[in-house]
Amino acid sequence: MAGFLNEWGGSIWDAFIQTTQMTLISLAFSILIGLPLGVLLVLTRRNGQWDNPIAFTIVNSLINVIRSIPFIILLFFLLPFTKSVVGTTIGVKGVIVPLVVACAPYIARLLETAMLEVSKGVIEAYQSMGISTPKIIWHVIIREARSSIILGLTIAIIGLIGETAMAGFVGAGGLGDLAYQFGYVRFQPDVMYAVIIILIIIVQIVQSVGNLIARRLKKN
Amino acid sequence: MIKLEHISKTFRVGKNKIEALKDVSLEVNKGEIFGVIGFSGAGKSTLIRCINLLERPTNGKVFVEDRNVLTLNKKDLRKLRRKIGMIFQGYNLLETATVYENIATPLRLEGVPKDEIKQRAEKYLDIVGLTDRRNAFPSQLSGGQKQRVAIARALAHEPEILLSDEATSALDPNTTDAILELLLRVNKELGITIFLITHELNVIQRICDRVAVMENGKVVEQGSVVDVFTRPQQAMTKRFISNEAKFAIPAQLRGELLKTGKLVKLTFLGESSKDPVLATLAKQFDVLPSIIAGGIDQLKDQSVGNLLVHIKGDQSKVETAVKFLHEQDVLVEEVNA
Repeated sequence: MAGFLNEWGGSIWDAFIQTTQMTLISLAFSILIGLPLGVLLVLTRRNGQWDNPIAFTIVNSLINVIRSIPFIILLFFLLPFTKSVVGTTIGVKGVIVPLVVACAPYIARLLETAMLEVSKGVIEAYQSMGISTPKIIWHVIIREARSSIILGLTIAIIGLIGETAMAGFVGAGGLGDLAYQFGYVRFQPDVMYAVIIILIIIVQIVQSVGNLIARRLKKN
Repeated sequence: MIKLEHISKTFRVGKNKIEALKDVSLEVNKGEIFGVIGFSGAGKSTLIRCINLLERPTNGKVFVEDRNVLTLNKKDLRKLRRKIGMIFQGYNLLETATVYENIATPLRLEGVPKDEIKQRAEKYLDIVGLTDRRNAFPSQLSGGQKQRVAIARALAHEPEILLSDEATSALDPNTTDAILELLLRVNKELGITIFLITHELNVIQRICDRVAVMENGKVVEQGSVVDVFTRPQQAMTKRFISNEAKFAIPAQLRGELLKTGKLVKLTFLGESSKDPVLATLAKQFDVLPSIIAGGIDQLKDQSVGNLLVHIKGDQSKVETAVKFLHEQDVLVEEVNA
């Protein structure tokens, strides 16, 4: 055990940091893009506050199209786009773009579902009190949906962790890459097992923390 | 205070058009409680939503304090809405906020100064009697308590008008009474004009000054509650008041009673109930009145007594007796086979 840690501890730690970086940075950008998209979906749908079939159809189809493409294909398909956005297609920087492109529509969908659960009655009550739509979105819809939103984001984070495993293909490293490069290609299964155990622990922690926060926020 | 002129509203569902409101006109005076009653689907909900434009009428005009609401821009409409409180059947509270926050949040979003929010929230919590539950969440409250929070939230805007959309329909009879009592106080002590819709006759009876009866998107009858209650004109209104159902007597018994005299339904209003009409009848006209059924309905400001009376005796004597009744301060309706 001590020998294994001595030999691999440093690499595993580095990979863990890379995975964490990739996940958190892409999560932040995905929320930044996904939240407004989700709100747009809720507002522009039929009988929404800004009922607009054209805008809804465009956003809705775009999200469906992106979500149809498997991440590994998206990663290569987006290479030119990635290059034009961040100036490189490799390393952590290079993998953030495809991760965000894949994750933002997913988050938009999860947030849409969460926000649609908010009772129409409360929204109507706030409209009847003369509160403007932007304030209703933030202080009523997102507030009331916050527990489901956290659960949705938990799912998104776990999905992201999985997708970062493919980051190795563009040289971004991470736990998935470590398991593949050493565990599979160089046939050192103990590295693969160690990585799998670490991933299981990370996912367990993320899910438990998500559940806990969601329960705290629910209040009923 | 509120004036609706020739309001109609048509919804399109696919190719079908649904006329929810057809040429509805009514006026609500300052300081009164005006009720609209009708079965579900009569258009009441659409009507109440037309006042603060949660629903825009297809045709017609809506005036609130002589201002044509339909011509207001978004900003002015929002300002006007703050002067019109609204409560709902489903309470519509924030589930994630405490009782206090539910009252304070809308005020905060409107930019009311902090001190004033605190002062108003506490004042109206006290008025609805929930000061001790200020830190509870809606899920910890009963239906009646939730409706009280909703009322406090509406009152905290210090509105001049309160719209009530079936506010008691989800509550049990005791809780309904308590909420109606509260609405009555709000009307009397704070001078707030109340416009309510309901399918419960009890609500109209207990607190309303005037009433409109709706059926299929139209107002079929309107007037003071006492008038509509004691002299219903339309079949629809009668169905609601259903005095006949209350005094339903088996056909066989009715047949027998009609053989020996007349059956009359007497309605006594307020003061007239004190005169001993039936005793006079027996003494002066040599007929034998007997009470078959009876009851008292309590309206907001007065009581209404109903009696189903059988008058036995010679045909001519019975007829003079009935004529005498018509001359009294009593509403008389003959019941025939």
